[in-house]
Amino acid sequence: MAEISLTAMAHSYERHPSGPEDYAIRQLDHVWHKGGAYALLGPSGCGKSTMLNIISGLLAPSEGEVRFDGKRVNELSPRDRNIAQVFQFPVVYDSMTVFDNLAFPLRNSKVPKDRIRERVEEIAGVLELESLLKRKARNLTADEKQKVSMGRGLVREDVTAILFDEPLTVIDPQLKWKLRRKLKQIHEQFDITMIYVTHDQLEASTFADKIAVMYEGRIVQFGTPTELFENPNHTFVGFFIGSPGMNLLPVTRSGDGVCFGGLDIPLSDDLRQRLADLQTDNLKLGIRPEFVEASEPGEGTHLAAVEDVEDLGTYQIVTARLEGQLLKIRVSEDARVDRGQTLHLHFPTRWLKLYADEYLVEATS
Amino acid sequence: MSLQLENISRAVDGVDYIRDANLTFEAGSFNVLLGRTLAGKTSLMRLMAGLDRPDTGRILYNGKDVTGQSVQKRNVSMIYQQFINYPNLSVYENIASPLRLARMDKAEIDRRVRETAAMLRIDNLLARYPLELSGGQQQRTAMARALVKDATLILFDEPLVNLDYKLREELRSELRQLFRERQCIAVYATTEANEALALGGTTTLLHEGQVIQNGPVAEVYRRPVNTLAAELFSEPPMNLMPGRVSQRTVSFDEGIGHSLTRELESLPEGDYLFGVRPSHVGLAPASDDDLVMEMDVELGEISGSETFLHVRNRSLEMVLQELGVHSHHPGDSVQVYLPMNRLFVFDQQRALVHTPADTGGAHG
Amino acid sequence: MSKVPDNRAWWLVLPVLLLVAFSALVPLMTVVNYSVQDIFGPGNAYYVGTEWFRDVLRDQRLQESLLRQFGFSAAVLAIEIPLGIAVALMMPKGGIRASLCLILLAIPLLIPWNVVGTIWQIFARGDIGLFGWGLNELGFSYNYTGDPVAAWFTVLLMDVWHWTPLVALLCYSGLRAIPEAFYQAAEIDRASRWAVFRYIQLPRLRNVLVIAVLLRFMDSFMIYTEPFVLTGGGPGSSTTFLSQTLTTMAVGQFDLGRAAAFSLVYFLIVLLVSWLFFTAITHMDKER
Repeated sequence: MAEISLTAMAHSYERHPSGPEDYAIRQLDHVWHKGGAYALLGPSGCGKSTMLNIISGLLAPSEGEVRFDGKRVNELSPRDRNIAQVFQFPVVYDSMTVFDNLAFPLRNSKVPKDRIRERVEEIAGVLELESLLKRKARNLTADEKQKVSMGRGLVREDVTAILFDEPLTVIDPQLKWKLRRKLKQIHEQFDITMIYVTHDQLEASTFADKIAVMYEGRIVQFGTPTELFENPNHTFVGFFIGSPGMNLLPVTRSGDGVCFGGLDIPLSDDLRQRLADLQTDNLKLGIRPEFVEASEPGEGTHLAAVEDVEDLGTYQIVTARLEGQLLKIRVSEDARVDRGQTLHLHFPTRWLKLYADEYLVEATS
Repeated sequence: MSLQLENISRAVDGVDYIRDANLTFEAGSFNVLLGRTLAGKTSLMRLMAGLDRPDTGRILYNGKDVTGQSVQKRNVSMIYQQFINYPNLSVYENIASPLRLARMDKAEIDRRVRETAAMLRIDNLLARYPLELSGGQQQRTAMARALVKDATLILFDEPLVNLDYKLREELRSELRQLFRERQCIAVYATTEANEALALGGTTTLLHEGQVIQNGPVAEVYRRPVNTLAAELFSEPPMNLMPGRVSQRTVSFDEGIGHSLTRELESLPEGDYLFGVRPSHVGLAPASDDDLVMEMDVELGEISGSETFLHVRNRSLEMVLQELGVHSHHPGDSVQVYLPMNRLFVFDQQRALVHTPADTGGAHG
Repeated sequence: MSKVPDNRAWWLVLPVLLLVAFSALVPLMTVVNYSVQDIFGPGNAYYVGTEWFRDVLRDQRLQESLLRQFGFSAAVLAIEIPLGIAVALMMPKGGIRASLCLILLAIPLLIPWNVVGTIWQIFARGDIGLFGWGLNELGFSYNYTGDPVAAWFTVLLMDVWHWTPLVALLCYSGLRAIPEAFYQAAEIDRASRWAVFRYIQLPRLRNVLVIAVLLRFMDSFMIYTEPFVLTGGGPGSSTTFLSQTLTTMAVGQFDLGRAAAFSLVYFLIVLLVSWLFFTAITHMDKER
């Protein structure tokens, strides 16, 4: 186990990158602490798989350093870095039995026979593969194969970290949550650093204590699932986390805050102060559909026309037009809202976020 | 305009793919086929398209028997899970291909291609080739090709599974808009209950080749005919627990019980299955009539904006859905509140006998 | 709810049946016809039962050439399959160098059989052939027209040169079909180069190897043109393989009954051995 740190690390697949858009990962510093359960979350093409391959050593970064416990490992192969990796599609050695598959990494490291048997049986127990140990790997179902792939990562006692690259892609939806639980248990039981790459917020937040959200080659936020939901640091995080994502309204500066269409939205003194220091005119207000309140008419409420209501069973999503802009509002399944009616919307100050150049402007208090 | 399936069955090598399906699809309707993998969704669509012939039963189109008619004569479009485009044709030519086959006039082709591309927001990509596009754009191209030819029947076979969930969200809501004004029959297969809910229209629940329930989405969701329907059409599945009604109380396993509330008073004594949706179980009391249970956390799953908590008390297992992001540790002990007025009741044949009072919603 | 079988569908198979009949069954049946009769001319044939077959199986010349034939095919497989795999493993994975290798490999495959024989006939000559001359200069006494060992060696070398590229090409395509993730996983599992070959590449080459082994067996077992051109079957009968013996019997001696019986035995041997190979390889890894 080790602390993995990336220093001024960047990667481009071009030999002579000419600008930031040529980089799969733009220059960043990041530390993955010992024993943590992490997720790398982002849409396809955001650089998350590149990042994973750089950590495992399958790819050498074009700039900067990768360090394990302070020691530079840029030049080391995955073999020497002692990293285990589980891929998106199950990789099993078809011609071997499940037992031999699990024993394979240990045999390659010349572990004594008795110890191999012990370890394999222990891991097979954890993954509920005991009954399959004698079967040929080629005859397993996709999820069994994927468990074998995971098992090969877990079986080694000396690994620095285990990396998962969208490991549940091929698993049947009904079995996914069981495997997610298994992974979580394994993390708690073995206390190994684990990094889990996915584009699925459910998988990321269920597995990880902390999530790094990647967007266009950058880590735009590194935080707990709660932080990502309640306090998105970047408009992309607001959009990407939550279904539907955060409402983002373009605003302009005004006397006591910002102004959206014909509406004045006051800001706290603190925020106003911060805003005054900023040069940019790219300002947005963000509020999650869960936090918009449909209330009684009163001060600080805004009138919006309902354009669509989606009944999602456990809740409803209302699409309403406010000052020409469409807003999503989440209301309970019991609420009565109809198309064509008007709603009085209230934006609680606590949940109203201000973004300048896409990044959150935080109150200093 | 309507498509009618009458007592349709199909078996391959002795395995039933579809068993005695009776369904009617109206023009201008959006129909969702919901079922797990291998439930028969694709088989049913292939029968509707005319790609396969049923062993028994008839397929009527506007009352006319088309059972034996080949797919070429039926004016059908199909969209698949995989993004299927012609790799050597540009996006423009891909979309235009069905029209060219129909020998349509050049100017008309151009007009339609541009209109459809604009509708699916790929009008700026017309000169590109499929392999230069992202997954979402490729699937949009495939959809445009299906939509451009004014098919009377459009079949979607899990078109969004291979896309990121954000793209899914976006395309799903666009599809809803797109089909509002069209006069064709749209049929959409999915394994996800949430997708069926989001798409609206009518829902057909399929399981092992059989139609379990069919009707407007809200109706199917709120009044599942049996436990199977309830489990299929709820994500995560509805919690079910066996219980016994006697002497004006209902008792469950592990010594948990509650006196019968007014709603459930009319239940005759006997054994039942009680169902409750994960969203209706909570960690805080909802009313005075809550069933309170001491349970252990097995796992908290977080989906960005909500938390699914898997809890257990020996043989009793349950999933509850909380709004917002909360962290729970496996092994923690929690008080679980289950409002009696939210209970579904199924008899021993697993058929619905009681639905909780309609508390609103249901607009579709 | 029962299926209605529609027997009219069989009519659709008719053209194929006719085609197969004309291309394979009719000629084959002619051979069968000859193998059980002694035919002197039209309308002048006697049924002889299994006499030709007993004759043929007892014929020492045929037994010797059958043995020689098995020896040759075994040697061809033993050399060309491992060599082909090795060549495929060493080839570059992509780019211009891969294309160049592929072209070089394809050249021997494009040369007509009899030209191959002619090329080697000249190439291996001790006086003017580069190869033969070279060997003699190096101090080896090499003369394929006089020395049976040298003749065997030359025929084998020619076949290896001619056909190893086919095995290599098949294996190369098989290797390219293995997803990169398998190599990455193996690297992460710290597998040795040998383990990668044994547990990833070889199992995934199985299907192409079935094809390669079958093709090479059948082809080498029926080899005719090249040794005929190169050595004419000699010296003595040291490189006279089965098909040449058969041709001599049928065309040279016009011994049609025996030749027909022999042809059938020949055909059955090819069929049997091919089936054995196929079953052995496809069942190698089945669950017990």
